[in-house]
Amino acid sequence: MTAASITVSETPLVLYTLRRADDALILGHRLSEWCGHAPAMEEDMALANMGLDLLGQARELYTHAAKVEGQGNDEDKFAYLRDVRQYRNLLLLEQPNGDFARTMTRQFFYAVFADLYWRAMMASRDTTLAAIAAKAEKEFAYHVRHSSEWMIRLGDGTEESHRRAQTAIDDLWAFTGEMFSVDDAERGLIDAGIAVDPATLRSRWLKIVSGVLHEATLILPENDWMQKGGRDGRHSEHLGHLLSELQSLPRTFPGAMW
Amino acid sequence: MNTVNDTDLQQRAWHAASQVVDPEIPVLTIADLGVLRDVAVSDGHVEVAITPTYSGCPAMNMIALEIELALEREGIRNPKIRTVLSPAWTTDWMSDDGRRKLRDYGIAPPQVGSGRRALFGDQHVACPQCGSIETEVLSEFGSTSCKALWRCKSCREPFDYFKCH
Ligand SMILES: [Zn+2]
Repeated sequence: MTAASITVSETPLVLYTLRRADDALILGHRLSEWCGHAPAMEEDMALANMGLDLLGQARELYTHAAKVEGQGNDEDKFAYLRDVRQYRNLLLLEQPNGDFARTMTRQFFYAVFADLYWRAMMASRDTTLAAIAAKAEKEFAYHVRHSSEWMIRLGDGTEESHRRAQTAIDDLWAFTGEMFSVDDAERGLIDAGIAVDPATLRSRWLKIVSGVLHEATLILPENDWMQKGGRDGRHSEHLGHLLSELQSLPRTFPGAMW
Repeated sequence: MNTVNDTDLQQRAWHAASQVVDPEIPVLTIADLGVLRDVAVSDGHVEVAITPTYSGCPAMNMIALEIELALEREGIRNPKIRTVLSPAWTTDWMSDDGRRKLRDYGIAPPQVGSGRRALFGDQHVACPQCGSIETEVLSEFGSTSCKALWRCKSCREPFDYFKCH
């Protein structure tokens, strides 16, 4: 017996909230894959801690989405009982960990964005989202500092660490544009003061990212072709593998408790 | 309805709930931490409001359970535990008594002022062992979500710092 996927009434606010919840869950899950494998004890704890921050944010966002939706779904159903096409996270965040430089580059690109984003979201007219934002922005402030320091150490480190960091930047760059994209569903929420327009954060993001990369002696890619699709459920093959691991137990043993 | 009894019940419930300690830092009560936000009574039913410290703090489930147990021990049946997110918890809510207890326990208390300056400005964290401010950060992330790992350059001891939030 396996549990079937739920259906979700994706009103704009439900969809919006699920997108952010999925971002947090998927990146948090990726970071948790490092547990026990990081290059040093301190890093193992750091990655697990950041994963925990993200998992906590995901839980609060899913709970809010469930309340807004009002169809009897909850955080567990959203996480465990939606299939890959129902996931709404950014493509950047589902990309495999790769080496440590790749994980840090993904973290750096996203944390700089998320810190700016949630700080702006503290002014949301949705008081629950504003409260979640107030916590998340402080958590991301630490993630930004951590990943920035690593970018500099890797880029300005050995020839090999520099090469690995630059390769990760070049490979992941095309996934950064999706962070700033807006569709009609979100445009209405932005106009209503519930959501923030991420496009307004792009120049500040670029300034921070290029500043750190410059200090790290790393090069910011110039190509501006950007890959999109995650927000609409069109994912890379990597997300399916991630979800099959994440969901296997609750799908196989519905309602299992321990 | 019965306001005298409700007031008495509220005080007993607050007292019982306020004794619950953080499972990860057992010298601090949830009142010291500022996690206990409100205890309300209506028609003989108790509702306790708590706020999470960090989004992913795994201690919150444990704390909610401990509150229920503490109230049951007081003879208060079926309390409701409610989580409130707004306003968001900050380390500034930690009581002075809590800060002292934390230091005595060997954890450097968070600096006052949880704004971005405290997060990103020059940090001078005093060693909880010897009081020296000749200290350095080893890792922003320590054994739990709330702590960073530091080292004292004077007495050479590593220590936890309850980081600003
Ligand atoms: Zn010392």
